[in-house]
Amino acid sequence: MPNMSLVKNPMPSQEPDVRNKNFLEVALGYTEEQALDEAQRCLNCKNPLCVQGCPVNVHIPEFIAKIVAKDYEGAYQVIHETSSLPAVCGRVCPQETQCEMHCIRGKKGDAVGIGRLERFVADWHNANVSEAPAKPAPNGHKVAIIGSGPAGLTCAGDLAKKGYDVTVFEALHLAGGVLVYGIPEFRLPKSIVQKEVDGLKAMGVKFEMNMVIGRVVSIDELMQEYGFEAVFVGSGAGLPMFMHIPGENLCGVYSANEFLTRINLMKAYKEDADTPLMPLKGKTVAVVGGGNVAMDAARCSKRLGANVYVVYRRSMDELPARREEVEHAIEEGIIFKILHNPVEIHGNDVGYVKSMTCIEMELGEPDERGRRRPIEKKGSEFELPVDCVIMALGTSPNPLIKSTTPGLEVNKKGGIVIDEAGMTSKLGVYAGGDAVTGAATVILAMGAGKLGAKGIDEQLSK
Amino acid sequence: MYRIVTKKVLTPTLVLIEIEAPMIAKKAEPGQFIILRVDEDGERIPITIHDFDREKGTVSIIYQIVGATTEKLSHKEEGDYIQDFVGPLGNATEMPGCKKVAVVGGGVGTAIAFPVAKKLHESGVHVDLIVGFRNKDVVVLEDEFRKASTNFFVGTDDGSYVRKALVTELLEEQIQAGANYDAVFCVGPMMMMKFVCKVTEKYNIPTIVSMSPIMVDGTGMCGCCRLTLKEADGTSVTKFACVDGPDFDGFKVDWDESVKRGKMYGEWERHKHEETCNLFKKEVK
Repeated sequence: MPNMSLVKNPMPSQEPDVRNKNFLEVALGYTEEQALDEAQRCLNCKNPLCVQGCPVNVHIPEFIAKIVAKDYEGAYQVIHETSSLPAVCGRVCPQETQCEMHCIRGKKGDAVGIGRLERFVADWHNANVSEAPAKPAPNGHKVAIIGSGPAGLTCAGDLAKKGYDVTVFEALHLAGGVLVYGIPEFRLPKSIVQKEVDGLKAMGVKFEMNMVIGRVVSIDELMQEYGFEAVFVGSGAGLPMFMHIPGENLCGVYSANEFLTRINLMKAYKEDADTPLMPLKGKTVAVVGGGNVAMDAARCSKRLGANVYVVYRRSMDELPARREEVEHAIEEGIIFKILHNPVEIHGNDVGYVKSMTCIEMELGEPDERGRRRPIEKKGSEFELPVDCVIMALGTSPNPLIKSTTPGLEVNKKGGIVIDEAGMTSKLGVYAGGDAVTGAATVILAMGAGKLGAKGIDEQLSK
Repeated sequence: MYRIVTKKVLTPTLVLIEIEAPMIAKKAEPGQFIILRVDEDGERIPITIHDFDREKGTVSIIYQIVGATTEKLSHKEEGDYIQDFVGPLGNATEMPGCKKVAVVGGGVGTAIAFPVAKKLHESGVHVDLIVGFRNKDVVVLEDEFRKASTNFFVGTDDGSYVRKALVTELLEEQIQAGANYDAVFCVGPMMMMKFVCKVTEKYNIPTIVSMSPIMVDGTGMCGCCRLTLKEADGTSVTKFACVDGPDFDGFKVDWDESVKRGKMYGEWERHKHEETCNLFKKEVK
């Protein structure tokens, strides 16, 4: 008999007023009792719509049924069949717009907490199973993966399972891409990413750090001189976007990428770190933008002791961030200045930010994407005293791969063009993730990594 | 991990190290840079390539001991390893069609001027190499400079070696004497580059400057290294030194902004350097 409670089991979390002063994980994860209770809310639909809502089509009712049967490792194996990074997805996927949006229980009451259950299963596996995954028999084909973010790791995992000889090339000194430089420790502990990377290594995947492909070796050289039969480009999004307003290059104006990289990858949140960050204790920070990256930057600033505004030009309803992130940010004391847009940043005489002029906005007619267009309210400008401004406006593709790979077609925005099999305009070169789509989510990048792996496998096993 | 093959202490604060990095050595070109980390949890710092040996598979850099990271690096000896060494990054220096150029270097910038001068000189370009130092104690690499140039000019700020002259004065003398340069390449402290551009702009000689802003990833991801180029029509555009540079048209660079951005962590760095020095002193005791 299923559990017919209309509400999902709440996620145990650190108290807002405690967690906004530390970098430890916010959500603590279900206990076994909570997981069992929540799992019993799944109706095990014959035609599970949740699976269609998942970019990598995890067999959701199947893994939940294993939880009900207390076969947690079995549940993990079901997820692992289609997802290389369960512990990551259980934490950072926007489930409310994917699997859980389609859940039949959501029609009346809350959807089943699929993401929370996925996390429970993955954490159970990490805590209780230490044996390395089996190393598959080699099939003799060599594949190079460029970038070790979610797209690259997924592609590497899927190919390694089939016996490919996979080498992942990473430009930074640590594997994980946005999972290590972008997403903060309190949302995704780095030890979890490391476990996923170690799992791939155990399956035989090789990782080469400090390799900026396009500079030290080109894609053509990888294929012609190093014997790689196929290449997957998962190099991620590139350069941060700015607003092109006066004062944007003052000291104290960061792109969210720089701010988060200093904190996450370079550990600048620790007092004795070698990499500096401007001191934020008692200071005022304005984060411009409304996506997940903006929430991450705002919540990091709060933890470093700042008074934080999120400045966003539309209303709360249009915030592109995951609902949970917005709720967490509000609980932690971050102030949302919605329907506001910066027009100028002012500096003091030594070049540091001292204030930002904002203008009030109102919403007009919907644009082509259906979002109501923000319009400036004439004469409503006012000056907001701030010490630091973080621009979280998205990114544009890094030009490096394109400029060093003759014959690689890109679109108007600079994103790599691929066909339905994930292949670029160059034979044997596949691509996916933000390098193709521009800034998107971890799970979409993983879906693209899967598609690339499938395309490569079909080409090379012919 | 990357091995230090040779180490030469050029002056008390200027050190040359040759690093084993065959893949980078194979591709490196004058004007490009590398990013290094000394140890686990270390900071990523960009340093321009001084020289490379494709056969030996090594890349040389010259660094000035100015902060905690370079202080730690200076305690690494021949045979020791550094954690990370990434490159070659940025675009190589290009001066197409030039037959006669001046290469101007100041301070640690002379280390970067060297490979550019050498490459141009080897390809048959007339190279006047003009370098400036604070005083005679910090004059370095003179023999190498002479070999890499047609004419070599050196000045010191206090006149303790050769003559008292700033690089701007040495450069302007040559221009006035009819040197007729097709272009000038300039690298060194920001203020020096700014004033070199003021001279060359008077004579309308195209001037390329090699910028070295603060960087974090150095691969086109964080945007820390951005600078403003002012166009003739009054508009301005943001560029990223790591992927668009490090070379830029010196007449267009917004120098005041770049100088201020370069000092952003100055106070912090001085403090951190002191702390690190004290740690090393304690170890010695």
